[in-house]
Amino acid sequence: MANFSTNEFKSGLKVMLDGEPCSILENEFVKPGKGQAFNRVKLRNLRSGRVWDRTFKSGDSLEGADVLDVELEYSYTDGEFFYFMDPVSYDQHAAGADAVGDTQKWLREQEKYEVTLYNGAPITVSPPNFIELEITETDPGLKGDTAQGGSKPATLTTGAVVRVPLFISQGESIRIDTRTGEYVSRASKN
Amino acid sequence: MTDWRPGANNAIQRQRAALLADLRNYFAQRRVMEVETPLLCRAGVSDPALENFEVPSGQEMRFLQTSPEYAMKRLLAAGSGDIFQICKAFRREEQGVRHNPEYTLLEWYRLGFDHYQLAREVGELVAAVLERPGWQVWSWQGIFQEVLGAGAHCASREDLEELALGNVGDIPLDLDRDGLLDLLMSHCVEPAISGWGIVFIVDYPPSQAALARQILDASGELHGARFECYVDGIELANGYWECGDAAELRARFTSDNLLRRTRGQPERIADEYLLEALTAGLPACAGVALGVDRLLALKSGAKNLDAVLSFGWSRS
Repeated sequence: MANFSTNEFKSGLKVMLDGEPCSILENEFVKPGKGQAFNRVKLRNLRSGRVWDRTFKSGDSLEGADVLDVELEYSYTDGEFFYFMDPVSYDQHAAGADAVGDTQKWLREQEKYEVTLYNGAPITVSPPNFIELEITETDPGLKGDTAQGGSKPATLTTGAVVRVPLFISQGESIRIDTRTGEYVSRASKN
Repeated sequence: MTDWRPGANNAIQRQRAALLADLRNYFAQRRVMEVETPLLCRAGVSDPALENFEVPSGQEMRFLQTSPEYAMKRLLAAGSGDIFQICKAFRREEQGVRHNPEYTLLEWYRLGFDHYQLAREVGELVAAVLERPGWQVWSWQGIFQEVLGAGAHCASREDLEELALGNVGDIPLDLDRDGLLDLLMSHCVEPAISGWGIVFIVDYPPSQAALARQILDASGELHGARFECYVDGIELANGYWECGDAAELRARFTSDNLLRRTRGQPERIADEYLLEALTAGLPACAGVALGVDRLLALKSGAKNLDAVLSFGWSRS
């Protein structure tokens, strides 16, 4: 991979730091009048998601990271790996539980996910902002209770538990905001 | 991506025009003569922290000036008296919220002034332009003590690195002593004084004298006779009680080039015109360079330099 100098650091550039693939978030050039110039850089470690603050001497460089964001369809899991497919080339990518992380709660077959590939292998899997999933278990719905206020836990096909209004029944599909993990509405009828 | 419009709006363009007129008026009243010197010269700058843009001309290379300092000192040596200049200056690789590689500089020289007297004049000018009540003066040593709670003037490289690791965290571990002082200045002192209004820092460590003369204080400690002017933590001006000793400056240029060689930077030949002029005799004087774009940004409340430039680096 190419090397990138501090003056080429831009938000979104993927670089290697301490052996970890990182995405640059911010890059600030500072110089105390005369003397050594520095770049204060915020980077996100793509594997852990942690944000690092680093100071570099201006002109220092980092190796680029072989990182690619692709949109893949979730296929299935064999219990150990989660398999994603490129809808164009039909290439399969096996993602470990580390890479899938919390997104495991929002996995639905044939749904598209943003997968970050590092050296060709998935390191993170991000869900779409909204996803529709079926309820496998919840207390019986209260007929006619469409008033606001009450809620109850509901277990989804993925095992995730979300709070839903009292009128929602087992077997129904609901729409969830994956960023907050909150119920949005009943699923749209397809 | 091709936005042809200016970064500075019309109100700020008018403020710039008025500011330039005010600056010229200020110096006219004080009988300081406006001059012009070339921007594209035969010699570059040896300071390892500065890089010139190089421009080929026939068989030779010319250098866009990082400041008009050398040529203005030749005018002083030729008997110009007090002079000022408003011109463009160029510094490669310096781009950010407060930096544009091409920028407007106000530089002036006062005969018979030392750096304290010139700092006072800068204070009067900046306070008037920005309508601020006054300014503070701190010694370099005093402000480090105040902000970091530790003396830095005589501290070893190792002590400074420990101080920087404790106060900044992740830092490059290959910094020399001056690099660490610069890091502490830009990462700790500058943010700490961002609420202090106009602040002058005077009497730098001798290793950071740049082109200032070296002076001994009452306790026998050596300082660079240099000052910096900060406004709200933003560096605005850098001044020297000028070193007029040709041999001394030649020695500093040589050690600059040694450092350049070890860092893999191109070496820069000394400006022989300047050294000849100093040999002929530079009158005792103090000089200062002030960033006009930053002054305008402070006056107009702009958060970044792009908003006060017609066409900043990304649009030019």
